[in-house]
This record gives sequence, C-alpha cells and structure tokens, in this order.
Amino acid sequence: MKISSVNGRPVNLDLNTIDLPITAYASITHRITGLVLCAAVLVLLWFLDKSLTSEADFTEVQKILSSMPIKALMFLFLAPFWYHLIAGIRHLIMDMGVGESLEGGRLGAKIVFIVSAVLIVFTGVWLWGA
Amino acid sequence: MGSVTSIASLGRNGLYDWVVQRISAVVIAAYFLFLVFFLVMNPGLTYEQWVALFSSNWMQVFSTISLLMLLAHVWIGVWGVLTDYMTPRLMGSKANSMRLVVELVVFAVVLIVAVVGLSIFWSL
Repeated sequence: MKISSVNGRPVNLDLNTIDLPITAYASITHRITGLVLCAAVLVLLWFLDKSLTSEADFTEVQKILSSMPIKALMFLFLAPFWYHLIAGIRHLIMDMGVGESLEGGRLGAKIVFIVSAVLIVFTGVWLWGA
Repeated sequence: MGSVTSIASLGRNGLYDWVVQRISAVVIAAYFLFLVFFLVMNPGLTYEQWVALFSSNWMQVFSTISLLMLLAHVWIGVWGVLTDYMTPRLMGSKANSMRLVVELVVFAVVLIVAVVGLSIFWSL
C-alpha cells in the first residue's frame, strides 16, 4: 500500500484488495457489457448485410442463426444488451436526481441486476422456445 | 474556471460528450427495441418483409441516425474506459502512447463501420 505524499496517510487504489460494493459491480458490468456490444455490432452488421442481399442469403442467415452455437452467440449478445440498456436507463433516472443517495444507489444497482436477469431469462425462452 | 477540453474526446468538452452519450443512448435503445419487437411479432419472417422494412425511407433514415448515434456512443464509452484504465499508473510509462494507438484503431473501425453501414442502408 502506498503512503500519500500529501498527508502521510495510507492510500489504497488496488481494486483487487478492496471488497467492492454492489454499485461498483453494477458499474463495471455496464462497462464490460458495453465493450461486448461493440463486438456484437460488427457481427450483427455482417448478418444484416447478408440477410438483405438475396433470398438465398436470407434463408442461409436464418439457418445459421438457428444453429446451436450461433444461437448461443446471439444469447451472449442479447444478455449484455439487456443489462447495458437497463443500467443505462438507471443512469438517466439518476440524472433526473432520483436514486442518487447511498441507499438509493444500492437499491438501483440491485433493481438493475434483477430486471436484466428477468429479461435475459425471457430472451433464453424466446431463443430456445418454451 | 473553464471546462476541461481534450483533443481526443468527441465533443469540445466533457459536458458535450455527456449530453451526446445520453441522447444517443435513447435513440439506440428505441432502434434496437423496435427491431426486437419487430422480430418477436414476426416469427415467420420472409425475405420480402425484411427487405420491405429496411428499404422503406423512414427506416433508412432511422437506421442512419441510429448508426451514427451508436458510433458516437461507442466512441465516448470506449474513450472513457481507455482513459480510465490505460494510464501510466496502471500500465506503466508507455500507457499514454499505447492508448493513443488504440484510440486511433478504434476511430478507424468506427469510420469503416459508418461507411459500410450507410452503404448497406442506402443501397436497398
């Protein structure tokens, strides 16, 4: 642990040694899902281009998307999408001054995890059929 | 006190980026929720329906605005993450020059996706 040159107090910025609060997990998950979605956009744009090229390509894309590994890949894109969306909506709500307190922040983070988990389950049901 | 300006941020300053990030978020959300809704509502989707959707003028405009908003959103988000983690404190003395290289690569990809995306939307 480093010692502050200003007041001699110990300074710890090593995240590995800090027990992170749920709000920190909500924040880092928002960032990680954002980066995953960057990659997702490239793949989705490729699928969109191919699906609009011809009827044969459209049918092929449908076939590719219904295959198990690609369905799993789509799930790996849709799950972060829901989380990133819900966490973003929380930010917009907080921008309006709602849920900015310590307790409000913790509650908001919990709600984001729960709501996105529910949406992710629905997505799984939609993809694989119930 | 003047606001902090960085040549590598999208806008002139952080407040501008903050506003663009939020407005773009709402547009992107609307676009993807619309597409998810459309796909859920059309389980037996045909090629004709799919092309009809994307070749309609309002959808071409919606797609174009959403893609440009998405790329602005990506740039602001990735820039924020890079400036937080690719720092001399976390990655050593070469961090700043390495970050500049990564930022240039990301910016190049953003430009390529803009060109490819717009050509997909407007060649229909």
